Amino acid sequence: MLNSDAFDLRKYVQRNSQSVAVWIALLALIVFGILRYDNFGGSYNFGSFLNYNSMFIVIALGMCFVIITGGIDLSVGSVAAFSSVIAAYLSPYGLEVALPLALLVGMTFGAFNAFCIIALRIPPFIATLATMLGAKGAALVISGASTVAVDWGSNFTNMGMNKAFDLFPWSIIIVTIVGIALWIVLEMTSLGRTILAIGGGEDASKLMGLKVNRAKAFVYIISGGCAGLAGVILASGFGAGQPLEGVAWELSAIAAVVVGGTLLTGGLGSIPATVAGALLLGLVFNILNFENGRGTISFSAYWQMVIRGAFLFAVILFQTRMTKGRKSKGASA
Amino acid sequence: MTVLLEMNAIQKAFNGVPALSGASVEIERGEVHALIGQNGAGKSTMIKVLTGVYRRDDGKITFNGHDSVLTNPREAQAAGIATIYQELTLVPLRSVTENVMMGYEPKRFGAFIDWPAAHARTREILTRFGIDIDVKMPLGSYSTAIQQLVAIARAVSLDAKLVIMDEPTSSLDSSEVKTLFGVVRSLREAGVSVLYVSHFLDELFEICDRVTTMRDGKTVGCARLAETTKLDLIAGMLGRDTSEITEAGMTEFGGGTAKKGDILLEAKDVATGPRLTKFNMTLHRGEIVGLGGLLGAGRTEAARALFGVDPLRRGTISLKGAPAPSQPANAITAGLGYLTEDRKAEGIIPDMSVRENMTLALLPRMTKGGQIDRARERKIVQHYIDALGIKTADMEQPIRELSGGNQQKVLLARWLAIEPDILILDEPTRGVDVGAKREIQLIIRNFVDRGYSVVLISSEFEELVEGADRIVVLNEGRCITELTNPGVTEHKLVQALAQTSEASA
Amino acid sequence: MSTTITETRRKSVRQLVHGHGGIVALLAILLFNMAFTPNFLQLQTLFVNISQVATIAIVAMGMTLVIATGGIDLSVGAIMALAGALAPLIFLSEFGAANPALGVTLAIALPMLVAIACGLFNGIMVAKLNVQPIIATLILFISGRGIAQVLTNGNLQTFTNPHFSYLGTGKVLGLPFQGWLAIGIAIFLYFIISRTTFGRYVLAIGGNERAAQLSGGPVALVKIGVYMICGALAGLAGLIVVAINSASDAARNGSLMELDAIAAAVVGGALLQGGRAPIFGAILGAVIIQLVKYTLLANGVQDEVALIAKAGIILVAVYVQQARKE
Repeated sequence: MLNSDAFDLRKYVQRNSQSVAVWIALLALIVFGILRYDNFGGSYNFGSFLNYNSMFIVIALGMCFVIITGGIDLSVGSVAAFSSVIAAYLSPYGLEVALPLALLVGMTFGAFNAFCIIALRIPPFIATLATMLGAKGAALVISGASTVAVDWGSNFTNMGMNKAFDLFPWSIIIVTIVGIALWIVLEMTSLGRTILAIGGGEDASKLMGLKVNRAKAFVYIISGGCAGLAGVILASGFGAGQPLEGVAWELSAIAAVVVGGTLLTGGLGSIPATVAGALLLGLVFNILNFENGRGTISFSAYWQMVIRGAFLFAVILFQTRMTKGRKSKGASA
Repeated sequence: MTVLLEMNAIQKAFNGVPALSGASVEIERGEVHALIGQNGAGKSTMIKVLTGVYRRDDGKITFNGHDSVLTNPREAQAAGIATIYQELTLVPLRSVTENVMMGYEPKRFGAFIDWPAAHARTREILTRFGIDIDVKMPLGSYSTAIQQLVAIARAVSLDAKLVIMDEPTSSLDSSEVKTLFGVVRSLREAGVSVLYVSHFLDELFEICDRVTTMRDGKTVGCARLAETTKLDLIAGMLGRDTSEITEAGMTEFGGGTAKKGDILLEAKDVATGPRLTKFNMTLHRGEIVGLGGLLGAGRTEAARALFGVDPLRRGTISLKGAPAPSQPANAITAGLGYLTEDRKAEGIIPDMSVRENMTLALLPRMTKGGQIDRARERKIVQHYIDALGIKTADMEQPIRELSGGNQQKVLLARWLAIEPDILILDEPTRGVDVGAKREIQLIIRNFVDRGYSVVLISSEFEELVEGADRIVVLNEGRCITELTNPGVTEHKLVQALAQTSEASA
Repeated sequence: MSTTITETRRKSVRQLVHGHGGIVALLAILLFNMAFTPNFLQLQTLFVNISQVATIAIVAMGMTLVIATGGIDLSVGAIMALAGALAPLIFLSEFGAANPALGVTLAIALPMLVAIACGLFNGIMVAKLNVQPIIATLILFISGRGIAQVLTNGNLQTFTNPHFSYLGTGKVLGLPFQGWLAIGIAIFLYFIISRTTFGRYVLAIGGNERAAQLSGGPVALVKIGVYMICGALAGLAGLIVVAINSASDAARNGSLMELDAIAAAVVGGALLQGGRAPIFGAILGAVIIQLVKYTLLANGVQDEVALIAKAGIILVAVYVQQARKE
């Protein structure tokens, strides 16, 4: 029994209690929404919900990688804003040019973060804070501090505005592909396992002979790339590069990652659960919008941040209790 | 048998302080070779030089017939040297399989980890060691013993030619030790060499072929275990010939002269964890009680229990008849002081001045209306600088700029300044030069002569034997026996240790 | 005895110069401005810069204390917004209009209490629940501003209340009131750090927490204390900003202040690892950051480029520190 490869549901739930809880909460909210609101399950709400949240999902994916190594990336919002401006400028050349170049721009910011953290040994939150400022300033400079309209004649806006099968926005399809690719990297490759090991113990990983610096550089570059992709979706979905957007996106991403059960101290995390966390946060606000629409409550948009903070607080309390329990168990063993 | 590893005349210094000065080891193929020595003798440095964590300053290493120029742990692994470090260097949050396979996972299509194969391989390796566990569970959910064996399993799975084990049994119970020894024996049969570092001498006789003894960064001897005795090994580590261990006084101490006062501190059957399971001690007014034992015997843990740092799992401690304090702050108020073993990590605040370091424990009693009474502070600090002969430019010099001995005197002054009834001193003279050592011993003696009491921990047996009025001998977390001065000699203490570890084995 | 003291003094002067490339940088910026910036040497310029610097400096001093214990506080900007949103709500309320004196008093006291409570929350998260400071203070960083916006419904609150506005526009001896306030706070905090048990423990905890604990230091209480002080100072800064503008905008009040404060503290010589609390250094850092911003703007460089410059300052300051440590 112990050594069987057969799937043991009880054990799985036990081991992944938080992500299971997130999935259940997500399902429950969807059912609740469908039963309570007329248009909740309709294709319009479905599509716009996924389209809008695809940006937050992809940023959360990159953030998940960074947090798993025990780091943090506060620059994602500004990098996304910068990349949206670049993508808007490149939109006349079509998506096939704008998308890869905007991604590259994002990755360059990520590489700069990695350089500061690994080579200059600047603490991650300081390095990425500086990049956040720098990218924001750069975005404002190149855009002249106003939105940059995209070229509607090219295929650029297809990504953010068109849907496959009249149901799935292309943005969410691309994000799904990225998510699956990152999931495979994390679960199925040595690089992914190294990333997890670094968060569990950087010194131990070094002594095991793992290529720690390479893996750390990888996560920051990926996070930059994800922010770049989010910028393209932003520009494509709203028809303009948005240098002023991206404020507090890093917080949404961190909240989504943490709600998804990733330990803030690193070493433990999952891609699907992060997606679930991002969807759950998005759905909470979607439902609040519907409640507002019915007039039962009047929640202003400003509640979003309060609720995000409360979520983060609850999850941190939950995590500290969990890790404490684990520690005392380990000590008595 | 042929030689697998030869380390010759290795030199290594840190910031000009030599850690290794001409250390040599030779290991044959399929041999279990023990490496022993006191704390600070250079065993860990030796291992880290071998595995490329440190770069040697001088000397030659030949491994498997080649000159070795390893510069990092990964190269060492690739060359066939696997290390199981003292502090576990695995990743507890990750699964057993990952910890065994990390960096060497079986792949499908050249890129993707073949998890079923990885689990199967891990299971197969562990079964060979007689371990049957769910390899998909996080490593941290298993006992330390299992984790230790998993670390060894990782080493073996890498087809190592040499496995280095640093204190592998320090956290294992006796049945787990048996399993470990089985593994070591099967390694030997497979032609793998083992470098075995341990303080538990009995183990060496059971499992090892030869033993190399280190002292002060040098190797002082290599012998076949079949041809040596435990007494010889202990004498070698301490740097004495057994015949030379005499009753002549060699320190500034003179134990056994104190008249017993009333009981100040009493510990009964105290346990705080696996490293301290049964500790008993009484301390009278005006007395020095020594805690004797080899490294890992539970002496520091006993000190931490007395000072209220670690919570008690079992047993009681009473201080002047009242229950003992459960927090360092309360312990200080109750009249206890604790000079810690690790001066750097738990003692000095490097960037603070001598003055600020010295008065840290005294602060609560030195305030006037929320303000620090600076005039009084200066007076106290100047008093102790003069009384203890602390060599410092002035009291504002940052403590990190002082020599080890003077740093230690400042810390000693930190505790003397609170005028405690009892001082717990953990290795008070470690890492200080000979002159400072004598001075510190004198300070301690004077303190006791004024009617106060001391709990003294020292790895230097002569300091213990000559300084303490009584010695409580610990082994593997338990009190074994108690020796009373006058009449205690180093020889007797060594014998007590040798016998007790025999009795417990 | 007297030789010891002069010795000490000489040493601390040397340390000041050696430890602060900041002073050199400040002189360089001043010289540059005198040479190139039009109208730099006018009183008006001084007033503008003092009133801007004061808020940064006040927050940076609190940040310096937190950093001295080895922590960090990202929530200062949000606390500013929260305190700044509460004040007009109070003195513009019916009660405040009916009792002007009491209204203004409460409009200062209550927001300060809320700000201190925010600090208490941060402190408990860090000291009692052992959450990393970045994460612990992230909670209020996110929701603090949100609460401020919920309270004001996102509206800009404008007002005319000369008594309250004195905080931001008043002059004492011809210089802005908040400049004097910042200096007063600096002297007070300097006194706390150098003369009291509390200050000594702050530095000891940052220097070696284990040693401080084993020497009987009340580690948790002291940590909670510094976060409360930091919260209080952020709250005060929030009130000043509102008073300067005669308007409270919860979305912008204190936005990115955590960066300015961290940068000022680090430029002023605070070590991110803890153990040092250069209070006057924080003021120096705030002045440098403000002057860089002013220099760029006054010479026609875009506001946005100033952001990039600030990013550069932070990176260089931390890198230099890190390099010196090794």
